[in-house]
Amino acid sequence: MIAIYLVFILMLSVFVGFELIRKVPSTLHTPLMSGANAISGITIIGALSIAGGEFGQWSTLLGALAVVLATINVVGGYLVTDRMLAMFKKR
Amino acid sequence: MKDFSLLINAVYVVSAILFIFGLKLLSHPSSARKGNLLSALAMFVAVVVTLLEQDIISFDVIVASIVIGSAIGVIAAKKVEMTAMPELVSLFNGIGGLASLAVAYATIIGETELSVLVLIVSFVALLIGAITFSGSVIAWAKLSERMVGRPIVFKGQAIVNFVLIIAIFLVGFLVVTQPELSTWHYLAIGLSLLMGVMFVLPIGGADMPVVISLLNSYSGLAACAVGFALENNLLIVAGALVGASGIILTNIMCKAMNRSLVNVLTSGFQPVVTSEMKIEGEITPLTPDDAYYVLEAAQSVLVIPGYGMAVAQAQHNMKELQQLLENNGAEVSYAIHPVAGRMPGHMNVLLAEADVSYEQLFEMDEVNKRIESFDVALVIGANDVVNPAAREMKGSPIYGMPVINADLVKNVFVLKRGMASGFAGIDNPLFFKSNCRMIFGDAKDTLGHLIRQFAD
Repeated sequence: MIAIYLVFILMLSVFVGFELIRKVPSTLHTPLMSGANAISGITIIGALSIAGGEFGQWSTLLGALAVVLATINVVGGYLVTDRMLAMFKKR
Repeated sequence: MKDFSLLINAVYVVSAILFIFGLKLLSHPSSARKGNLLSALAMFVAVVVTLLEQDIISFDVIVASIVIGSAIGVIAAKKVEMTAMPELVSLFNGIGGLASLAVAYATIIGETELSVLVLIVSFVALLIGAITFSGSVIAWAKLSERMVGRPIVFKGQAIVNFVLIIAIFLVGFLVVTQPELSTWHYLAIGLSLLMGVMFVLPIGGADMPVVISLLNSYSGLAACAVGFALENNLLIVAGALVGASGIILTNIMCKAMNRSLVNVLTSGFQPVVTSEMKIEGEITPLTPDDAYYVLEAAQSVLVIPGYGMAVAQAQHNMKELQQLLENNGAEVSYAIHPVAGRMPGHMNVLLAEADVSYEQLFEMDEVNKRIESFDVALVIGANDVVNPAAREMKGSPIYGMPVINADLVKNVFVLKRGMASGFAGIDNPLFFKSNCRMIFGDAKDTLGHLIRQFAD
């Protein structure tokens, strides 16, 4: 049953995503991509419980690797997006 | 220890709302920065509240990993040149994919009692994550010219891909039915990585914007699949938002090239069409000195940048020339084709870096409506996006693609290094038109020359 709930959430999010992103002007497509990159670093919250949990050495190692990678995505993604957006100026 | 799961999930809802509002603010350049900040805040709250989770008992590893990751992220974000954004974005796509791959793999080996459903979605997450990773690495290598950028094809590629897909399905079945055998895990990871390589190899050059957008979408979908495996709502919501974003961008890019996604993905397999059309006319070169006299008299100038501008790093010189032209009483506009450059919005970022106001950048359709009113079109390192063959030569490989109708401007100056054809490998009839003049040489030098002329 929980799978159905999750599919439900997925479906609604996809629709919201389509509606939101369609309104992003083409000027901002590169920052949109790098910002989306940062958001996809959300994997970090899945990685945290694996890295800090007791699932065996291998899992901890993989979890730690995933936390490092996802953090690069999050921190790097948001910073570079901010750097770009700061350059978009009016006359 | 207390169970905080209710609190955690409540905060996840707040976080999802913040992500959505963050994306909403991205709909205008003036509010976009705030939107990005909101999105970052959403991520921060989500991470902090996740640390309350029951499963987490040791924090040393977590803290160390976050510190290392942040350091690398900060350095990457601060050091990168704006011209290298396509490379950075594809690298970040790959890193996201690898993170999802690691989480999915850890889920499969971490617990012994996994339901079939969790195993299936974990395998899917592993598959998408691996494809995203290896595909992005190849895309990055192509973009940074660490390997040849053109499509790489070999005999029997289609058959190899077909066999590969069958093999992946088979391994997927084995992973789900015998999750305790690590041979299948390694095989699954290996084949998925290979799949990513095979997927990006036959695509190249001007098709890169499509690939990057698609990989961007995959990195979101991988996070989404991990969300299913871990039964985590926020991962699903955030992953779906990213997935949707990538799909929309992919769609825009394909439309701008008048091609279907399938056509782009398999274009490397199709034989190159050689058109037999004859192009009438002659190529007329022009010196920057002569171009200066025309520009000095011009009332309205249209600048059409392409990938060549990024390669020559000519955006700052262009901004300087723009200022001189404006001081001279001319009106300067920029026309941006959706697929100009190597990623969506590539030109916009470069011009923003050079301090060109976004209000002077116009989309193709807007400019085409009043294209005849411009005195001079300055084409900087763009080729296929101004090719009139798309409009008037049936049978041309790019026939039907929407282009900026630069040939209808009174005078066209094309800044170009040599006579090599664009990515599509076809001649550009624009260069042979009577109102077109070619200014050969490095775009940055040519613009510098023009600037000096104006200054004198």
